[in-house]
Amino acid sequence: MTLKDIALRNIRRRKAKAGFVLAGLLIAVSTAVALLGLIEAMNRDIQKNLEEYGANILILPRTENLSLTYGGLSLGGVSFEMQEIRQADLVRVKAIKNAANVAAMGPTVLGAIEVDDRKVLLAGIDFQATTILKPWWQVAGTVPSDSGVLLGSEAARILALGTGDHLKVNGSILQVSGLLAPTGSQDDHLVFARLDTAQSLLHKEGRVSMVEVAALCTACPIEAMVSQISTALPGTKVMAIQQVVQGRMETLDHFRKFSYGVAVVLVLVGSLVVLVTMMGSVRERTAEIGIFRAMGFRRSHVIRIVLLEAGIISAMAGVLGYLIGFGSTKVALPFFSAGNGIAVIFDPLLAAGAFAAAVIMGLASSVYPALLAARIDPSDALRTL
Amino acid sequence: MSYIQGENLIKQYGTGDAAVMAVGGMSFRIQMGEFVAVMGESGSGKSTLLSVMGALNTPTSGQYSVDGLEVYQLKQDQRADFRREFLGFVFQSFHLVPYLTILENVMLPLVTVKTNGRTKRSMAEDALSRVGLNGKAHRLPSQVSGGEQERVAIARAIVNEPPILLADEPSGNLDSKTTREVMDLFRSLNQDGMTIVMVTHSPECAGYARRLLRISDGLLVEDIPINGPESKLECWGIGVME
Repeated sequence: MTLKDIALRNIRRRKAKAGFVLAGLLIAVSTAVALLGLIEAMNRDIQKNLEEYGANILILPRTENLSLTYGGLSLGGVSFEMQEIRQADLVRVKAIKNAANVAAMGPTVLGAIEVDDRKVLLAGIDFQATTILKPWWQVAGTVPSDSGVLLGSEAARILALGTGDHLKVNGSILQVSGLLAPTGSQDDHLVFARLDTAQSLLHKEGRVSMVEVAALCTACPIEAMVSQISTALPGTKVMAIQQVVQGRMETLDHFRKFSYGVAVVLVLVGSLVVLVTMMGSVRERTAEIGIFRAMGFRRSHVIRIVLLEAGIISAMAGVLGYLIGFGSTKVALPFFSAGNGIAVIFDPLLAAGAFAAAVIMGLASSVYPALLAARIDPSDALRTL
Repeated sequence: MSYIQGENLIKQYGTGDAAVMAVGGMSFRIQMGEFVAVMGESGSGKSTLLSVMGALNTPTSGQYSVDGLEVYQLKQDQRADFRREFLGFVFQSFHLVPYLTILENVMLPLVTVKTNGRTKRSMAEDALSRVGLNGKAHRLPSQVSGGEQERVAIARAIVNEPPILLADEPSGNLDSKTTREVMDLFRSLNQDGMTIVMVTHSPECAGYARRLLRISDGLLVEDIPINGPESKLECWGIGVME
């Protein structure tokens, strides 16, 4: 027979009160766990999006000209006739501090060509890097060889060409090896060839018009990488393509703040429920505490009994709260994520945090009732019997 | 020096016009091994005196010592330790903890004692055996009769073998047969050397004691020896219960 036994027996005897304390803590802990788990999962979802987003850094030649395109409308081809980047310089990108975060680098040469008296934009690209840079590309046919081209869907429609057809560019005959499924981007209007082929056709050997870089950005410092590439390639303008992700991150940040606010309110309400219930429980047990004191229990023994009860219930609430919160996150995640199949994973830190928070919350809210119990005058308590 | 000694003990509840003098300046000395009955009409201050003697109720003024120890000079925790080591309580309404078994109730005074569980259990079983309840150790208090509950309360009071037993109306809720059994038990404990102070309304119960303190309006008005049940006729002018 120990103080713990007394605490356990009392919990069993006053099941309704113990249940009420448990429910108060459970709601607070499970909701906080669900919200925090949801934020964590959504964060991973966004990070995965980031990686699947393809190129997220763009290297362009530095220019003093202003863009003459807006919303897909171009007022001239001047922007493509500006100075270019030396392909040989690109090796410096592989030497930057965060080079390990560079998943793929796609140099692109751009130039206007004429096909059947129509001006078309030819893009010379590295098709191997494109699988990482533009994972959404779907090609009907094959990736072009040295003398082949890939047509964007609009380009194929306007030029009335299909797979296997031939087109003449600057005196060279090129075969259409495949067609690009519509992407909804400018790619639909382009003719793609291998980088060296395009450079040769456009007489731009050893030069590229732009470079797309895919940085693996799970916790990678994209701004720092932009700065490092700028330093490595002084004559270029380096930009991070992150508006979309940034927008989502901002939304997530608002949600995170809101969740923290809700969690704090729930913790306060849960603590209040524990406080009120434990106060009621102590008042109900005045006589019993009087008996304990008459039997030689010190004030500290009475405090320990009350705190043990609160601790046991809180520990249960911590474990159950985490499990319920974990389950709730699983149920709720599909409604919040972008459908990337992100799984809710067991987070030992969150589990430990939930357990610790529940116990601290339960104990902190029970300190005052425990002190009240310890202060009960045994003679007054026994007189009430 | 006497074993239990009270000097001009005063206990007043409230202040001013609302003040109630429960104990109005009592002095008494009780020797080790005595069996003392405290009698008096309702509201005379018997129970207050017992709570003062039980280190549960700080007197407004006066000195109270046990075995040379000034009880109310002790700090709260020391007083709790004193209660555990020196005193056993038997309350009128038994005051058993309803959610603990009879054995666990008896073990209560041992909970805070630094002894292993097996020894505590053995001590509790011995105490239960002494009151004749060793077969009902695992029942809840609600599952035994009033007389048996009283025995559990006595077993709990004596489990740690305290030198002093304080009993407040131990026969208050018992029939006459059970009362006699309980009183026989008290007498047996007293014969084993336990000092007993018992508050009672019952002359029959008082007849088991060897000394009678009669209280009226918070004052000690009589302190007389009792020489067996016959003496009650002289003391109270009433007959012995059949």
